[in-house]
Amino acid sequence: MKSYRSRRIADAVGVTWSFLCAFLAAAVLLIILGYIVVKGAAAINWQFLTQLPHPVGIEGGGVANGIVGSIITVGIAVLIASPIGIMTGLYLALFSRGGFASTVRFLSDVLSGIPSITIGLFAYALLVAPFKHFSALSASFAFAVLMLPLLVRTSEEAIRSVPRAILEGALALGMTTFRSTLRIVLPVAWPSIVTGLLLAIARVAGETAPLLFTAFGSPFWELNPTNPMAVLSLQVFTYAISPYRSQNVQSWGAALLLVVAVLALNLLARVLLRTRIRAAP
Amino acid sequence: MRRLGARTGSKIVDQIFVAVLLGAAIVFLAIILGLAASLVKGSLPSLRTFGFAFLWTSSWNPVTSIFGALPLIYGTVISSLIATVLAGVFGIFAAVFLSDFAPAFLARPLSFMIELLAAVPSVVFGLWGLFVLAPAMRNTIDPALQRTLGFLPIFSGPSYGVGLLTAGVILALMIIPTVTAISRDVLTTIPADQREASMSLGATKWETMMKVVVPAARAGIFGAIILALGRALGETIATTMVIGNRPEIAVSLFAPSYTLASVIANEFTEATSDIYLSALIELGLLLLIVSVVVNALARILMWSVFRGARSAR
Repeated sequence: MKSYRSRRIADAVGVTWSFLCAFLAAAVLLIILGYIVVKGAAAINWQFLTQLPHPVGIEGGGVANGIVGSIITVGIAVLIASPIGIMTGLYLALFSRGGFASTVRFLSDVLSGIPSITIGLFAYALLVAPFKHFSALSASFAFAVLMLPLLVRTSEEAIRSVPRAILEGALALGMTTFRSTLRIVLPVAWPSIVTGLLLAIARVAGETAPLLFTAFGSPFWELNPTNPMAVLSLQVFTYAISPYRSQNVQSWGAALLLVVAVLALNLLARVLLRTRIRAAP
Repeated sequence: MRRLGARTGSKIVDQIFVAVLLGAAIVFLAIILGLAASLVKGSLPSLRTFGFAFLWTSSWNPVTSIFGALPLIYGTVISSLIATVLAGVFGIFAAVFLSDFAPAFLARPLSFMIELLAAVPSVVFGLWGLFVLAPAMRNTIDPALQRTLGFLPIFSGPSYGVGLLTAGVILALMIIPTVTAISRDVLTTIPADQREASMSLGATKWETMMKVVVPAARAGIFGAIILALGRALGETIATTMVIGNRPEIAVSLFAPSYTLASVIANEFTEATSDIYLSALIELGLLLLIVSVVVNALARILMWSVFRGARSAR
């Protein structure tokens, strides 16, 4: 039998060790963010935000086309994914019956664990190979597929969390299912659905792997989504592995922009969720 | 909310409404099945040419069009295992602290920061890994490991900074939030009675956690680790930036290596012949199969714990 004293010591050591583990895991965030902010801020100026990339060897230049490209590709992805995702969520929450719904739910979970690069391969096979032409549209499609499982899951949960009595009340007053869903259920579930959408956007905005053979990147102003397009996350990657120091520096700047955007979306989603929870009775 | 459609289905508007929603669900299903089908179709030429030998031959040579995935499988598995061990050790104890030991003023901000770590894009981890971690590994950590544990073959040979170990560490940082957050949720589902019973018998807080609560939650924690392993296996960009990208099997963890996902990322746009392209798609198919199996396993494990918690209430 161990002495009381040695057990107390083991207790103190164990608690301290577990504190250190939690502290270190949290510190990793601060360390990485610290590097990104310090090195990134040094690269950012007005020119960096408003100009096109300059050819290697010529000083200056920026990532303006990548910023615009990110907004375009993610924007189109939202347009593709949100109707499919929200309507599938509605279907699962309101009309799900046995086999079909549980198959959809299971496959959605499976899809959420599939590496993004394989989804890039799918987008390539579907939208690049047949046209023999890289395009922002194929990147948007890959993004949309990445967003869908999250959107389906959060929409279904949001709609399920609306008290059934509210819907039944509307139906009892003679409203059609269509109108009561649209006018009664969706408005209540909407903040949660938007939260899910924001998180899904944050997830794909930093995604790079599927872009390598879909959007492909471009040194030009490109607003036509059927052409190859520059995307911010892809610029971080290509500038980071570039042998030129001036591009490495720009990679940190682009990474800072990306991190600010992604963390802002996450914080916004959290604030929205918290106000909703507080507003609920 | 069952059979809503059936009850009010007599109205045409509602029938159309349900049909449209069903259509969306079918489109979603078609996308998932199409993904699998397109990868199978794309890998057929490679499957026909190399057969199952693709999995255990170790020459990855685009010049001679001979493709064997063994070095890539090796690099993927070893880097992910390093990551899982590191993230497992730190992540589980971090979860123990956050669920039971931490006062509220610490638990909240620490949980918040660890969850935000999960939101950092992988290309940012890669950038940091390439310019901060890799030089640190080459100049400080690898030489220190060699001095103390150099008699082990896995810590021998020159260090280039980029390699299996560096990739393993970066992946560990990326999957720690997964291990920590899910393990913490699993631990909080273990009923308070068990903790109180153990404490009332005179056990310390640490003994209660290690001998009662963690063992009760072990299936769920194991599920969290498997899920994190799945993330590490499929992670692409960060690994590509720090693993060195060389398709060889070396004993040393300092040596450059290659993973399934990195090969696709690096070589897909350069693949000139059809068989090369097909071999790369087959790597994608392999990743798909592995991730489906790993995720299914993880979900079954975690489901067993959460369901148990629900029925106990």
